[in-house]
Amino acid sequence: MARVTLEDVRKVYPNGFEAVYPCSFTVNHGELIVLVGPSGCGKSTLLRMVAGLESITEGEMSIGDRVVNDVDPADRNIAMVFQNYALYPHMTVANNMGYGLKNRGMAKAEIEQKVNDAAKMLNLSDYLERRPSQLSGGQRQRVAMGRAIVREPDLFLFDEPLSNLDAKLRNQMRIEIRSLQRRLDTTALYVTHDQVEAMTMADRIFVMNAGRIEQIGTPSEIYHHPQSTFVASFMGAPPMNLLPARTTGNTHVELADDLALPLVSHVDYAGPVQLGIRPEDVRLKDGGDGGTPFKLDIVEELGATRLLHGQLAGHAFTVAIPHEERSFDDTLTLDLPQDALHLFDHETGRRL
Amino acid sequence: MADITETSAPATRATPAAPTRRRINWGVIGDHAILIAGSLFMLVPVCMVFMTASHDPVTIHREGLQWWFGEELEANFSAALFERGGFTDTVDGMRMLTNSLILGVGFAIGKIIISMMAAYAIVYFRLKFATLAFWVIFTTLLLPLEVRILPSYEVIQSMGLTNTYTGLIVPLIASATGTFFFRQFFRSVPEELIEAARIDGAGPLKFFIDILVPLSRTMIAAIFIIMFVFGWNQYLWPTLITTEEGFFTLVRGIRQIVQVIADGNAIPEYGQAMALAIIAMLPPVLIVVFFQNWFVKGLTESDK
Ligand SMILES: Nc1ncnc2c1ncn2[C@@H]1O[C@H](COP(=O)(O)OP(=O)(O)OP(=O)(O)O)[C@@H](O)[C@H]1O
Ligand SMILES: [Mg+2]
Repeated sequence: MARVTLEDVRKVYPNGFEAVYPCSFTVNHGELIVLVGPSGCGKSTLLRMVAGLESITEGEMSIGDRVVNDVDPADRNIAMVFQNYALYPHMTVANNMGYGLKNRGMAKAEIEQKVNDAAKMLNLSDYLERRPSQLSGGQRQRVAMGRAIVREPDLFLFDEPLSNLDAKLRNQMRIEIRSLQRRLDTTALYVTHDQVEAMTMADRIFVMNAGRIEQIGTPSEIYHHPQSTFVASFMGAPPMNLLPARTTGNTHVELADDLALPLVSHVDYAGPVQLGIRPEDVRLKDGGDGGTPFKLDIVEELGATRLLHGQLAGHAFTVAIPHEERSFDDTLTLDLPQDALHLFDHETGRRL
Repeated sequence: MADITETSAPATRATPAAPTRRRINWGVIGDHAILIAGSLFMLVPVCMVFMTASHDPVTIHREGLQWWFGEELEANFSAALFERGGFTDTVDGMRMLTNSLILGVGFAIGKIIISMMAAYAIVYFRLKFATLAFWVIFTTLLLPLEVRILPSYEVIQSMGLTNTYTGLIVPLIASATGTFFFRQFFRSVPEELIEAARIDGAGPLKFFIDILVPLSRTMIAAIFIIMFVFGWNQYLWPTLITTEEGFFTLVRGIRQIVQVIADGNAIPEYGQAMALAIIAMLPPVLIVVFFQNWFVKGLTESDK
C-alpha cells in the first residue's frame, strides 16, 4: 500500500526563490494524480521532492508509513520517467531496464526474467539487444517505462513523459500508460502542462499556479466547478470567457446597465465580480424572447465544432457550437444558461 | 600522404589543358601548391633520414645526409634494434623501445585516470571550493615541468625514485589540460541521466565506472593519443632522472649514439642513429592512425 502524504511541504531554492509554497495533500493507493500548471509553476520541483532528487526545505513527506524526508532516492522504492527518457546511451535496452535491479544485487537470471516480462508487456522483446540510439522516440519512451516497471515500485513518477512525441503517438501512449498503471495497481504522480493529458488520465488533478496548488479535484470537478479564474481559464480549450460584471446582492448579475442575467441562487455579495462562461455552454437562440445580443467577428472552423469570436456587452467573447450547416448574421442572439454562469471575486479570482 | 601525391598529379596535368577552357582556376592551383609545398616540407626530411640510415657511418660523416639508398639499411636497423651498446653494453634498441612504450602508455593512462578523477570531483561533488580548485589546477598550465624541474628532481631523488619507472612517470602525470577537457565533457552530460542513475541506486563509484567512463570513451581515446605522443617525446625529464642505461628511452638513446663524438674521436654510428630515429617515429604514427579511426567513429556515432 503506497499512500503519499505531504504535510506543509515547502521548497525554497538556495538562491531564496520559493518554488513551492507550503502544501498538504494525500495521494491514495492506486490513484493517478496529474499535476498540471503553466511553465515554471513548480510542478517538477514538487515531483522531484517526492523522488528525493530535491531536498525538502520544510514539512514532512511520507510514502507508505515511512517518513522519507531524508531517504535516498534509491531507497524510496519509486521509479521515475523523465521527459527526455534519460536512457543510458551506451547500454542495451535490456541493460538499461535491468541496471537498477543489478545495483540492488538481484541475481542475473531473475533480472533477465523480469526484463523479459516487462519487454513483453511493452512490445519491446525484439529490441532488447539494441542501443537507445537505434530506437524510435516511442520505443525509447517505452524503454523508459520498462525501466520503471521492472523495479516494481510503490510509486511511479512521470515528468512530462510524452512531450517529445508527436500528437498521434502521444494519444496512444497516454492510453497505454493509463492502462498499465491500472493493471499494475501502482500509485502514480504525473506532471504535464497538457490539459488534455490531465483531463483524460487523471483520477484527480492538482492544478498548480506560481508555486501554489490552486485546486484539487476530479477532472469533472475541475472542469465544471473551477475554484478560481486561473483554473477556469487554464483548463479547457478554448478557455472560459471571463467578463467583468456586477452583482447587486440579489439573484441577478449585471453585465451592463441594460443587461442582467438571472442566477441559479441568491448571491449576498454586491459589487464588481468576474463572470465566467464556458464557450461550449452557450447556445445560439433561433428566435423568441430574451437572449443576449452577440456581435460576430470571426468564425473558426475546427471540424467537429465551430468557434465564433465576437463581442458581448463590449467584451471579447467566444462561443463554441457543434458543427451544423448554416450561415451566420453579424449579430446573433445567445442563450446563456443559468447553471453555466460562474462568479469569481474580481480581485482575488476566487469562486464566490 | 598517399592521396596528397595522387591529387596533386591531376592538378599539375590540368594546367596545360586550361587554355582551351575559359579561365585557369588559380585558386585550386594555389591551394595545391601550398599543400604540396607543406607536405614536401614535412616529408623530405623524413625520407632523407630513412635514406641516410642505409649508409655506413664513414660515408655519412664525409658526405652528410644522403639522397639515395645505400647498402647498409638492414645492417643498420638490426644493429640499432638488437646490438647492445652504451658504456655498459647492456642496452639495445628493443630495450629502449620497451622503455619508451612504458613511458608513453604509463604517462597517457596515468594522466587520463588522474584528470578524470579530478574532473569528477570538481563537477559532481558539492565541494566548497570546487571552482577555485579547478582554476588552481588550470593555472598549473603555467608551470610545466621545465619550470619546476629542479624541485621535482629534488623530490624524486630524495624519495630514491631515480632510475625507476615510477620516478619517470609519476611527476609528469598531473594534467591541467586533461582535467579541463574532462570537466567540459562531464558538464555536458545531461542532468537527468545522473538523476536516473541515482534512482537506479548507482552510488558515486558505480556511476563513475558504469556510466561516466563508458560515456567518455571517445574523449579518453582523444586524450590518449595526445598524451601518448607527448609522453613518448619526453626528453628532458628522462635525461635527468635516468642514469642507468637500462632505463633509457629511444629519444634519449639517439642522443647517446651521437654523443660518442664528444667523448672520443670515433666516428659515431650515424646510420644507426638515423635508423633509431625512424623507429622512434613509428609508434606515435601508428597510434594516431589506429586511434584516429576509432576517434572519428566515436564522434560521428551520436549516441549521447
Ligand atoms: N535550482 C534552482 N534554483 C533556483 N530556482 C529554481 C531552480 N530550479 C527551478 N527553479 C525555479 O523554480 C520554479 C519552478 O520550477 P519547476 O522546474 O518546478 O517548473 P515546472 O512547473 O516544472 O515548469 P515546466 O513546465 O517548464 O517544466 C521556476 O520558476 C524555476 O525558475
Ligand atoms: Mg518541469
